[in-house]
Amino acid sequence: MEDTVLNPTSSPQSNNRRAVRFDDSQIIIGLEVHVQLDTDSKLFCGCSTRFGEAANSQTCVVCTGMPGALPVINERALELSIRAGLSLNCQIARSTKWDRKNYFYPDLPKGYQISQFDQPICGPGHLDIEPSEPTGQARRIRIERAHLEEDAGKSIHDESGRRQDSKIDLNRTGTPLLEIVTQPDIRTAAEAKAFLSELKLILNYIDVSDCNMQQGNLRCDANVNLHIPFGDEQIATPIVEIKNLNSFRAVERSITHEAQRQFEAWQENGLTIADAPKQTRGWNDHTQTTTLQREKEDSADYRYFPDPDLIAVKIEDSQIQQIESQLEQLPADLRKLLAEQYNLKSADASVIVSQGRGVVDYFLEVADGCEDSKIANNWIGQEVLRQLNESNQTIQQYPVSPQQFTDLLKLVIAGTLDQTRGKEVLNAMVAHCISPEEAIKQLGIKPVDNSELVTLCEKLIDENQDVVEQIQSGNGKAIGMLIGKARKMNPNANPGLVKAMLAKMIST
Amino acid sequence: MTLSALNADVIVDQLNAGEVTATDCVQHFLDRIQVHNAELNAFIRVSESALEQAEAIDQRRKAGESLGCLAGLPIAIKDGICVSGQPTTAGSKMLENFSPPYDATIVERLKSADAIIIGKTNMDEFAMGSSTENSFFGPTNNPWATNRVPGGSSGGSAACVAARLAPVAIGSDTGGSIRQPASFCGITGLKPSYGRVSRYGLIAFASSLDQIGPMTRTAKESALLMSVIAGFDPRDSTSSKEQVSDFLKSLETPLAGVRIGVCRDHLNEGLDVEVKTKINDAISVFKQLGANIEEIELPQTKSAIAAYYIIAPCEASSNLARYDGVRYTFRAQANDLEEMYRNTRGQGFGDEVKQRIMLGTYALSSGYYEAYYLKASKVRRMIKQDYDEAFKKVDLILGPTTPTPAFKLGQHTEDPLAMYLADIYTVSANLAGIPAISVPVEPSSTGLPIGLQLQGRAFEENTLLRAAHQFQNETLWHTASPSEPWRTQS
Repeated sequence: MEDTVLNPTSSPQSNNRRAVRFDDSQIIIGLEVHVQLDTDSKLFCGCSTRFGEAANSQTCVVCTGMPGALPVINERALELSIRAGLSLNCQIARSTKWDRKNYFYPDLPKGYQISQFDQPICGPGHLDIEPSEPTGQARRIRIERAHLEEDAGKSIHDESGRRQDSKIDLNRTGTPLLEIVTQPDIRTAAEAKAFLSELKLILNYIDVSDCNMQQGNLRCDANVNLHIPFGDEQIATPIVEIKNLNSFRAVERSITHEAQRQFEAWQENGLTIADAPKQTRGWNDHTQTTTLQREKEDSADYRYFPDPDLIAVKIEDSQIQQIESQLEQLPADLRKLLAEQYNLKSADASVIVSQGRGVVDYFLEVADGCEDSKIANNWIGQEVLRQLNESNQTIQQYPVSPQQFTDLLKLVIAGTLDQTRGKEVLNAMVAHCISPEEAIKQLGIKPVDNSELVTLCEKLIDENQDVVEQIQSGNGKAIGMLIGKARKMNPNANPGLVKAMLAKMIST
Repeated sequence: MTLSALNADVIVDQLNAGEVTATDCVQHFLDRIQVHNAELNAFIRVSESALEQAEAIDQRRKAGESLGCLAGLPIAIKDGICVSGQPTTAGSKMLENFSPPYDATIVERLKSADAIIIGKTNMDEFAMGSSTENSFFGPTNNPWATNRVPGGSSGGSAACVAARLAPVAIGSDTGGSIRQPASFCGITGLKPSYGRVSRYGLIAFASSLDQIGPMTRTAKESALLMSVIAGFDPRDSTSSKEQVSDFLKSLETPLAGVRIGVCRDHLNEGLDVEVKTKINDAISVFKQLGANIEEIELPQTKSAIAAYYIIAPCEASSNLARYDGVRYTFRAQANDLEEMYRNTRGQGFGDEVKQRIMLGTYALSSGYYEAYYLKASKVRRMIKQDYDEAFKKVDLILGPTTPTPAFKLGQHTEDPLAMYLADIYTVSANLAGIPAISVPVEPSSTGLPIGLQLQGRAFEENTLLRAAHQFQNETLWHTASPSEPWRTQS
């Protein structure tokens, strides 16, 4: 089924439409993000939420919808939702209730989902996203609401074509989800991705969700349409909800694709938001296209009504204050801290902060300890992150404690170790879980006294007359060759000192 | 005296005194079921393990172990309440082969009081009905006149207590399903306040109205069962933390000074003349007991049936969505998923259930929700306000339980409205969440039982039980039994 053509493609209007440029149109994007809350047990029963267990092993009479079983709210899920809401600057409801969303599906055991219809736990809020360029402005994306609901199970269909039975795994049924809905404030695909990255980072920082997309702990639908300047008018194209977005990249690419598709469809048929219902389209990662799933007319009437098995939740000011008082600094606060108090470039601050709370804490301890935030940033932002990435470790698993790292950097700052030797020491510390002192001992690093240095330089000059001549004839850079050779002859020789001495010897 | 003639509290005393064994007691009632159930169809199923459990209790008693307060007492349970490992059907083909893997909270409590579940009783399918004619397992007959209905939906529980096939039973009440059959069968039935008894394990009809309660010969027996089943349950979010009174202790407190309200509107239009007379006679008894009778008004209760038949079907349409053929229910043959849903629900549910699912689905649909569900909810609040006002003036409200005595099988099956009016005096208590009890008064001239209803303030079941008990101290109507062999009556 594809869009019907109202106007013949060769009509004068269509010719006018063809004159409009895509780049002049504006993309309007709103996101609906489902985040799985990091609770031990499900939203309405005591079953575990652990991922990857044997199918249907984490179920009970409540989450399988047995006759007579009743839901009981998990207080922890409420607390995490409030924490998330506060971090997204949302108004927290003082009274919230549960509603049933009725529809039939085999992996929905009760025939309804317990959700929140008209009194979500979190009301309007906003999230600021970092400018994409250093000179740019931060963008404020308004959040319409965030509500709690239970997840459905998983259907596993036979795709072999042999018409075998479908299977259902109810382990996921009843796990708590927070659905966060933005206003249509996002204007580019990159901005959508930036919003999601920042959201994920915040929820990680406040321990609300790990937002692991592979495990389905963060799922996203995007509502997209175009505003196209056309003559004196501004045309809005029909709104499309894109589903099946399994990665940030898919979000970005699908929006880019969908915008282009809508533009071409409009050029073709001239349909506007007033002419066509909202469509649901699925993103296909293989073809990198969206395909029509259903139009709004076919969509179900969910017959929401208050769930009579649950009582309304009253949230006291004191409870909100308590949760608020426990909230630690958010990524944006920490970026500001690193930039303003620690004099990092904003890009560098972003790199550190994007690694999560653990890396920030590590950085702060080292920077404070060695009293040189630039060096701390250089070493942590490059060496440590590279090592963590290569070993696929978290900062908590990193074998070098912040205190040991501080000790190492103090030696570098004092000139006891040069950069290269310092890195050798760090590698040894990581490899053998040892202190800088032990690593220095193991690597045989010891200071070189002045007479040794003089002997070394004389030998270099003796053996490399051709290089010396180059230097004397004005090629200053050639001295690097000699320094390299000096390091091979004695790894402990400080390149700076070697360079200075050579320069002095050659010029005299 | 034969065991079946004794009240449950007396049976428990005899069991404790060693005058009778649990095994003999259970065997006695099993024998009666064996003889009479074919004709009454009060039980859908008899518990295979009842005798075994009785023997175990006798052993424990012999060994000197301490036993629960109902040790060895047989009890019948409505088949809409889950008993672990025993088929629990809610009177439906849909659940014909369903055995829950868990006990309802009240079953757990009865078991830990060492009561013995003797069988599961017949009911209208998913508790939807006022005659027990809507059961997949066939209608139950009223032991007072076997061509008449026992009432419903807890008709099996009412009939088995009236016929002494079990000393006591448990029913559930959504719009009168304990009180109306108690009235039709000449027994005592209490619908507790909403939240007083856990609903965990009660197969839901309308969650905001459903309540489990005792169905017994006497108010004292109801008090005894309430002392076991009432109380907060963390597994039911709607159960109340309100302190549970000592229901037995207050039974004998005199009624002097208790104010009883009578709503004249409920004693006029549509009421059977004989029912009216017997209720007025009962009012005189309460006066003699020292109660003050006062007139009250409940103007909004005239809308109760209308509100009830919106709210209950709305909730039911959603509660019954889980019976979809996917997991534990009956599953019909089909070629694809949608057809499987259609066939399963088309064949698995009876007509009355389907009618109410359609009513509820319609009333919750977009565009109708405000006009039906929300409006009915508003009426419900107004009814509750009526009661709040009335209970400022009086302690209890007295009236008939039903407008007529038991009607004949098939009499109302073609006329749902006439059937729905059988609940006209009972639904308000469910909408308001207050407790209400039905007790037998003098039967009709043709020998059919008539019930009197007392309604009380929320969580004041003790006042209801006390008034009912003292009425029963003064009258003997509750002691009457239908004569065997059962007869019919035109």
